[in-house]
Amino acid sequence: MSVIYMLISISIVVAVFFLYAFIKAVRGGQYDDDYTPSVRMLFDDELVKETNKNQINITEEKQL
Amino acid sequence: MNPSQCFHCGNEIVKKDEILFDDKSFCCNGCKTVYEIFSQNDLSCYYDFQAAPGATPPDIKGKYDFLANEEIVTKLLDFQESATAIVSLYIPHIHCSSCIWILENLQRLQPGIIASQVNFPNKKVRITYHPERTNLKEIVELLCAIGYEPYISLENYTEGKKKVDRTLIYKLGVAFFCFGNIMLLSFPEYFEVGEFWIEQYKGFFRWLIFALSLPAFIYSASGYYVAAWKSMKQGLLNIEIPIALGIVVMFIRSTVDIAFDYGQGFFDSMCGLIFFMLLGKLFQQKTYDFLSFERDYKSYFPIAITKVLPDGSEEAVQVYDIKKGDRLLIRNQELIPVDGILISEKASVDYSFVTGEAVPIEKKSGDKIFAGGKQLGKVIEMEVLFSVSQSYLTQLWSNDVFQKRVAQKHKSITDTISHYFTPALLLLSVVSFAYWVFIDVSTAFNVFTAILIVACPCALALTAPFTLGNVLRIMGNRKLYLKNAIVIEQLAKVDTIVFDKTGTITTNKKTAITYEGEALNDAELRLLKNALRGSNHPLSRRLYDFIPPQEKLEVKHFEEVIGKGVFAELEAGTVKLGSSQFLQHLSENTHKKTKVHVEINGVYKGSYVFNNQYRQGLEQLFEALAKKYQLVVLSGDNDGERRILEKMLPSGTQLVFNQKPEQKLAYIDALQQQGKNVMMIGDGLNDAGALAQSNVGISISENVNVFSPACDGILDASQFHKIAFFLQYSKNAMLTIYMSFGLSLLYNVVGLSYAVTGNLLPIVAAIIMPLSTITIVSFVTVMSNLFAAKK
Repeated sequence: MSVIYMLISISIVVAVFFLYAFIKAVRGGQYDDDYTPSVRMLFDDELVKETNKNQINITEEKQL
Repeated sequence: MNPSQCFHCGNEIVKKDEILFDDKSFCCNGCKTVYEIFSQNDLSCYYDFQAAPGATPPDIKGKYDFLANEEIVTKLLDFQESATAIVSLYIPHIHCSSCIWILENLQRLQPGIIASQVNFPNKKVRITYHPERTNLKEIVELLCAIGYEPYISLENYTEGKKKVDRTLIYKLGVAFFCFGNIMLLSFPEYFEVGEFWIEQYKGFFRWLIFALSLPAFIYSASGYYVAAWKSMKQGLLNIEIPIALGIVVMFIRSTVDIAFDYGQGFFDSMCGLIFFMLLGKLFQQKTYDFLSFERDYKSYFPIAITKVLPDGSEEAVQVYDIKKGDRLLIRNQELIPVDGILISEKASVDYSFVTGEAVPIEKKSGDKIFAGGKQLGKVIEMEVLFSVSQSYLTQLWSNDVFQKRVAQKHKSITDTISHYFTPALLLLSVVSFAYWVFIDVSTAFNVFTAILIVACPCALALTAPFTLGNVLRIMGNRKLYLKNAIVIEQLAKVDTIVFDKTGTITTNKKTAITYEGEALNDAELRLLKNALRGSNHPLSRRLYDFIPPQEKLEVKHFEEVIGKGVFAELEAGTVKLGSSQFLQHLSENTHKKTKVHVEINGVYKGSYVFNNQYRQGLEQLFEALAKKYQLVVLSGDNDGERRILEKMLPSGTQLVFNQKPEQKLAYIDALQQQGKNVMMIGDGLNDAGALAQSNVGISISENVNVFSPACDGILDASQFHKIAFFLQYSKNAMLTIYMSFGLSLLYNVVGLSYAVTGNLLPIVAAIIMPLSTITIVSFVTVMSNLFAAKK
């Protein structure tokens, strides 16, 4: 068995994985809004201290 | 920050009303309150992202009481469970980063909110909240309090959950996956023909490529087979037939090639072709998510209305539940949802929505009032005559035009071309097959399939999507938002343009009056105002309202010469005002401007200019359009302005007045019966029928976020004077398409010359196909940008 079979199989598996990730991302709605996330990621720095508390609350609620 | 602008909303501050708070100036109490809310909650970063991002909070007293009704709330929610509820609200004011930031930090203002997420392109915020700790009414009121009033209409209530169609993106992803991998695996065979290494592994490579091509062939290209099959059934020869044929032939021939070891096949070209064509489709599919082109009365109507129960208590009821005989309470600025009889003493109703008539109509107790009017002033009470679906306004939507909105009432340019292209192609392949079959049967098959492969009109099919997609974007940047690419083709065909009057060629803004000449002092203004009081001429009334309030003086002598002017004698002096002839003042007499000249104590002072409320550039626009198009002004108003319009507009313009909504529709229909391609430009609900009936219905809007009726495109009112440019540009876009059709045919000829002689190598196909695509795409992009830059 030549190494070429293995290499190509691996490359195809990697490609299929990426295709799967892409489809999953589209299905999850990540491509529906391609503008807001780019703005949102710049925000965190501005939050005042108090937010930390709130965010803990949020995570707790989600676990409920 | 400019001190004369409100810190919160950026509006000009009237000095008298200025409110100073925290060293910042605000234009009104509302703006100040919002600032207070934010600063108390450590949210003042809101003002850091963008200067003056806010809006003055509206007065909503009682407006959202209906949200206490469980049944209505349930319909509005996306998701509901005991601990979480999710609602998506459309907020037209969302416009900057600050908006995103504040709306995503809502939980700090209302602890019951768990999370909120903004979708900026859609101007929507999705709020997750805890139903036991807060409720929708509180949330909506909070949003209003901070100046982000959501728009909730009957449409939200009736619409089901919209399913997002993402098939095209999936198909594109799959096609790209196949295309990319096949290209990589094909490379060895392109360049290393006949080497030992390739001979050994060729089978493995080829069958792997075959396997990889299957998803693209079966799934990604499926739309083309369906479209081709449909058009064949209808007996049409559209572009999908040669495409589908090309793909299928490519696949079969390639499979045969590798099965009998004739060669490597054309799988690479096939997947590339599918990928590029899907890409073109995606490019053409530019949508403006925050605009809706399919509105009917539902998006204007409120969800619920206040009903007065027999015992005098009030209750919010769903609009569809209103029955004949119910008594309703209509507040200021609320829309009357049903026909009924006025019970309150007096009401003034603004029907501009329905009729285009701008002046509110006074109604007395016992008068009939119709759905679609907007109540102005005090709260009124009315008794219902018909339910919503039977009311006059909603009846308009039962017209056929709204029922069947035919998607493809028009043959696209690509279809027209392929009408000739497809038969020619089939003929050529059959003829060359017949020629070769006498020489060598296997070559004959080769040639036959090669022709179909190489002529598969990839470039041809890509031309229109890429040109139109690009034009769509350029027009969008210039504030003409079109529903889809087909509208551009229709724009290019227009030969008759019908304008609505009120709100379309006139602005909704109040007429501006300016003064030209020697400045008047206070004493003179006082004289003028008092002289005007006696006159009933419309211009006098407007001027009277314009001049600031003055002390009252006794008028000793007053004389009004009809059609000329006014002469008044007062204690403090004499005033003479009116037309330039009346004053015997010799100035250049422009018909285009309405002026009132003023003379005080026998000295000519100057003139008040009534800037007519017609849109800027109207005359130039009509002059430019009149050369090429038949123009019509269709108005719901009375013909009071006929003379002004006749003077202003080119002589060929038809003026039609007193048109009810359904008459407008019929008028457009009559024009179409004469074989005209009609473009209707309108604004209000009263034009909705005409907009739907016309070949291209463009709705004009002062603020594109506000609602406009169902149409093919929305034009920002500030761009009104550019209509001629847009029309010319759409024509140039079609010219671009024709030119690049020529180019792609050239490629076809080159490819075919290989094919008919039986020399088509996979590598040649693999080079020609992307090369032609790239040429076409760059050609149309450059051309359409060039045409856009022309003016």
